[in-house]
Amino acid sequence: MAEVVGETPRVRTIVLYVPDWDGHSAGQHLDVRLTAEDGYQAEREYSIASAPGEPVSITVERLEDGEVSPYLTEELRARDGIEIRGPIGGYFVWGPEAGGPLLLVAGGSGVVPLRSMLRHRQQTGSDVPVRLLYSSRTLDDVIYREELDGAADGVEVTLTLTRAQPPGWTGYSRRVDAELLADVAWAAAEDAHAFVCGPTSFVEAVAGGLVELGYPARRVKTERFGATGS
Amino acid sequence: MSFISRGFKGRRRDPEADSGRVPPGQYLTDDFPVLSAGPTPHTPLEQWTFSIVDGEERTSWTWDEFRALPTEEATVDIHCVTRWSKLDTSWEGVSVDALLEAAGADAPYVLAFCDGGYTTNLPTEDVTGGKAWIAFAYDGEPLDPEHGGPARLLVPHLYFWKSAKWVRGLAMREEDEPGFWETYGYHLYGDPWREQRYSGD
Repeated sequence: MAEVVGETPRVRTIVLYVPDWDGHSAGQHLDVRLTAEDGYQAEREYSIASAPGEPVSITVERLEDGEVSPYLTEELRARDGIEIRGPIGGYFVWGPEAGGPLLLVAGGSGVVPLRSMLRHRQQTGSDVPVRLLYSSRTLDDVIYREELDGAADGVEVTLTLTRAQPPGWTGYSRRVDAELLADVAWAAAEDAHAFVCGPTSFVEAVAGGLVELGYPARRVKTERFGATGS
Repeated sequence: MSFISRGFKGRRRDPEADSGRVPPGQYLTDDFPVLSAGPTPHTPLEQWTFSIVDGEERTSWTWDEFRALPTEEATVDIHCVTRWSKLDTSWEGVSVDALLEAAGADAPYVLAFCDGGYTTNLPTEDVTGGKAWIAFAYDGEPLDPEHGGPARLLVPHLYFWKSAKWVRGLAMREEDEPGFWETYGYHLYGDPWREQRYSGD
């Protein structure tokens, strides 16, 4: 563990110092294991937020009734150790060799593995055109806001704020629906690679909507975090 | 190699956790989380079939034929590799024993295949002997598409990715052939009690 960075009031990025890390692909996740003094253990999966080649980091949202996320977002200090295992998963991944265009659709902290893809694109000098559609409750809940404001050439970021909007907000202010998706997504004829990550109901709606727009199912890769009570 | 996470207390243990029903590294949930690699398929029932494919031979049931087969109710504990476990889930389905018997298929391995292109591999002995079903109802209701409806494989003694959603058939195999998640680093067999999450476990 090397550093903790506040992203929003409920979200923190934890930069890990992992000397024997074998590298990862953008979009993969890792397992975190915590051990209490009496030997009790709890383990959860978190998406990797950093690009391949960067120090490994995870971005964690505090869930009110969670067991691991409150510890990671409130208790953990730089120099504390945590046990990790990974990288894990090889389907929800993107690299420049896969080409584009790329459609990234995030609900809440579902933006984390997509951010790894954006950074990877930038660091490899890829010019694959990207559209990121990011649904967040409020502007303050937008993770990586500064980074997304300064997104690289060829990356279009569209926010929709579903719960509250700042004065003068001219962007979208509703949940992602078929019409919004049709506005923002690449046309099906562009043969885009779509990555959708967020809560189950969000992913269900977006992935289904993309298929309705004509995206072949195999071009729509999804990652969901359910209402797991964690 | 475990070390203490300073200041971590964890939730009070669930009473069931000590009764030997929750495998190592799992936690209990009352919800039913969803994990899928892609969009949820919606195959109309009139186009749906279930098949046992054994070499050149294919034995198929339409939805109506499938639903006319004898059914069983199963109340089982399920364990997802993403670490949630759910106890006493109740299902209704057709026993895989009955389907394999009707097809006269007995190769040592099966590869379950599904709408959406998903596959998963299992030894035949893990889907026979009353251990597996093609389930079409959950909690007394038709199985929701999000959870694999109209029908999913149910093999509760293995990690739940083996219980393939939107299942359309079993292909008999002489060799154990990795399925979808198994080619992406997940364990070939997936026993939750031995924590066989990833290849090499």
